[in-house]
Amino acid sequence: MTTRSEIIMRLGGEGGEGVISAGDFFAQGSARTGYHLFTFRTYPAEIKGGHAWYQVRVGPNPVRSMGDGVDVLVAFNAEAYFNHKDTLNPDGVLIYDPDTVTPAGGHKTVYPIPFNKIAKDELNFFRGKNMVVTGAIAGLFGLEPSSLEGLIKQRFHRRPELLEQNLRALYNGYDFARKKLEKQDPFYLGEPATRVARLVLSGNDAIVAGALFAGCRYYAGYPITPASEILEGMAKELPKLGGVSLQAEDEIASIGSVIGASFAGAKAMTATSGPGLALMTEFLGYAGMSETPCVIVDAQRSGPSTGMPTKLEQGDLNHSLYAGHGDFPRAVIAPGSVGDCFFQIINAFNMAERYQLPVIFLSDQSLSHRTEAVTMPDLGKIKVTDRLQPSAADLKNSHFQRYRLTASGISPMSVPGTPGGMYVAPGLEHDELGHVDNPLESHLKMMPKRQAKVEACRQEASRDCCARYGDPDAKIGLIGWGSTEGAIQEAVDRARAAGHKVAALHPKVVYPLPFEEIQRFVDSVSHVIVPEVNFSGQFARYLRTEVDVHPIRVNKYAGLPFMPREIYRKIEEVANHA
Amino acid sequence: MPETMAQLITLAPKDFRSEVKPTWCPGCGDFGVLSATYKALADLHLKREEVVVVSGIGCSSRFPYFLSTYGMHTLHGRALPVATGIKLTRPDLTVLAAGGDGDLFSIGAGHTPHAAARNIDICVLNMDNQTYGLTKAQASPTSLLGHKSKSTPYGVIAQPMNPVLLALAAGASFVARGYSARPKLLTDMIKAGITHKGFAFIHTQSPCVEFHNTFEYYDQRVEEVPADHNPRDLEAAMRLALHPDKFYVGIIYQNERPTFEITAHEFEQEVRPFDGAAYLSQFA
Ligand SMILES: Cc1ncc(C[n+]2csc(CCOP(=O)(O)OP(=O)(O)O)c2C)c(N)n1
Ligand code: SF4
Repeated sequence: MTTRSEIIMRLGGEGGEGVISAGDFFAQGSARTGYHLFTFRTYPAEIKGGHAWYQVRVGPNPVRSMGDGVDVLVAFNAEAYFNHKDTLNPDGVLIYDPDTVTPAGGHKTVYPIPFNKIAKDELNFFRGKNMVVTGAIAGLFGLEPSSLEGLIKQRFHRRPELLEQNLRALYNGYDFARKKLEKQDPFYLGEPATRVARLVLSGNDAIVAGALFAGCRYYAGYPITPASEILEGMAKELPKLGGVSLQAEDEIASIGSVIGASFAGAKAMTATSGPGLALMTEFLGYAGMSETPCVIVDAQRSGPSTGMPTKLEQGDLNHSLYAGHGDFPRAVIAPGSVGDCFFQIINAFNMAERYQLPVIFLSDQSLSHRTEAVTMPDLGKIKVTDRLQPSAADLKNSHFQRYRLTASGISPMSVPGTPGGMYVAPGLEHDELGHVDNPLESHLKMMPKRQAKVEACRQEASRDCCARYGDPDAKIGLIGWGSTEGAIQEAVDRARAAGHKVAALHPKVVYPLPFEEIQRFVDSVSHVIVPEVNFSGQFARYLRTEVDVHPIRVNKYAGLPFMPREIYRKIEEVANHA
Repeated sequence: MPETMAQLITLAPKDFRSEVKPTWCPGCGDFGVLSATYKALADLHLKREEVVVVSGIGCSSRFPYFLSTYGMHTLHGRALPVATGIKLTRPDLTVLAAGGDGDLFSIGAGHTPHAAARNIDICVLNMDNQTYGLTKAQASPTSLLGHKSKSTPYGVIAQPMNPVLLALAAGASFVARGYSARPKLLTDMIKAGITHKGFAFIHTQSPCVEFHNTFEYYDQRVEEVPADHNPRDLEAAMRLALHPDKFYVGIIYQNERPTFEITAHEFEQEVRPFDGAAYLSQFA
């Protein structure tokens, strides 16, 4: 039996039962040991109880998606077993409590472990059930308990009696697996390639970290799943840096105050989900018209309307591209992974400040809440941009030209308190001084001025954001956007391993779209596949308006991310018909 | 505020006037509010670059264009959130918010109580004309019962809102009333409102001569707040606001308490620059 050092493990049970924490401990322990990982979780819609599950994919080599199927299913109760047994791969392992679950049979390997009994009768510590499970899976799949011990010590260092009980539960589970079970499956982590500790963080964590790094010092938001952790993180961190975080009365106030803060000189951001972005629409236009930089994170969730608030969908692309009346400059950036959230949110601030426009940052539920192990970024190499300030000469004129016509369309922006820099930020059409008395004449000059910034932004996006992944002489090309990047790349890897010529392109700046690069890519292949997690193929349709292409769509709208095989199947299908 | 006379900058009211000529109809009540504001800013020895005037949309919300200070002409109803962001970022600036009755009590009514409850140090100039001026004479949330307008040809059937009572109930720490036709008192109210540390709400009857001329109506009803009124007494303030036929002008309520922007900047004793590596290491 050849050992399989990469494992996809799913734990399911009643919310509050420790399903999430057992999975989390296992994931964190693995990352500390040097493994790569990718976790995925769903929350029950209910606050307490309801079915919850957690999935972790872990291995010595980089993992970029949730993977295909499930190798190990840990069923805390019968509902979990019946909900997930069909995702278990043919050679998969079932771990269950024989007192609560009666398997239907037909599984390759089963390990009955009486979690409840061990916790209740042997340890007299029922709440330690999750730790018994953590210990048992560590024992079965080769994770050193010492890596978990450190984590538990950290978690409970203020409560010595709880620490002791949890450690006992951990080792009890570990010993049970080691001594009472006979290992029959091939899954075993073994030694990682390199023992570098990685950062384990969620997309929301990465967005907060990146925003702070980019210089964000004002935040306002209104609670909404799956963006609330950004509000909570900012509320905790900004006061330490001399900044302010406001829980506003609604999303209109959130973006309004962000625009006010930016006018007053702060780099500023708000975060929301689809329903909140809908409310912010009118202010997007004002930010565009008054040329006030701001960053708006939309952690997309499944719509329409209130939809499935805890589920994934890439459904807000249309809204982000087109929301608002009239033509105004904006940028839309979509990160591809948790690590990318950090870099792209910095990019979002840089673009907002450089081009003085609103930037919508399209993350989604899967990025918000999944965690990945990422290497520490080389912070010294990251560029941070500030907005153009007026020169001393600019301020000497009798009237400050806030909207001066320039080749790039970018004009200097003064900050209140600066003598000679006074202006009114207008929502009305205005001239170079910001005066609104000659709207028609101004409109003819200012529309092209504002649009010039979009073209400058597009050129920057073309330089930075379009690396080709895969074969240089590919026959089949995939174009994706946002959180699907990892699943697409893994599908490409698999297709290449199977002998197909395949490549992928994943623009991070989706507006202004670097269409020349994309056209070049399209022209270099015979078929273009566009996978996205929405019903109507918003990106595929958008591509057709900007590029000469006839995309073959792969759409999933089941509230979950792509598994690589769902994309791979399409590649095979296209290859076989070609 | 400057400590000694030597440091005082002296600008005349006209120095706060921009070269943009007001577009208001001759005789519009808003002129009175604008000149009172010029005078108040000059009397308080403020510097033009340290004042920001934010407004929504409406005839009255054209306000910022007519001042030589910094300003923002935002969206209908949204002056207060924008002003909040400015003040939280730069507590040192003097921030005024201007808006009509429609702006602050119809479309923007969701923001007004929150700004008041936070007690953020913004001085609000509410120019109430009991009609929609800019969109030409529809009924507004402060139009009286029975008021006939193009949008309410059978008469208004919703009870008028009482901006002063609402501001008091929401927790405004300064509430005053003025009348465009009494410029001296209005100047005093604006000065007191700007000087007040906290959310200052100044309700002004600012008649629309074009569509709903109420000068005569208010000339008959305006009365100064009684000399024995205690502005720290919230219930007494509410009684003044509720008076059925008298329109009391003057300081109706004032009671200082900590301001939102100062408290929000004092959560941490020590402010440090961001240390990216240290911050990220918490995830290791
Ligand atoms: C979202 C939105 N809805 C409607 C309008 C149209 N509109 C402009 S001003 C206004 C009402 C003006 O009344 P008020 O706020 O009392 O100010 P006034 O003009 O009387 O000074 C309306 C409805 C708008 N500009 N924006
Ligand atoms: S329409 Fe009324 S409110 Fe508007 S400017 Fe004329 S008088 Fe003033």
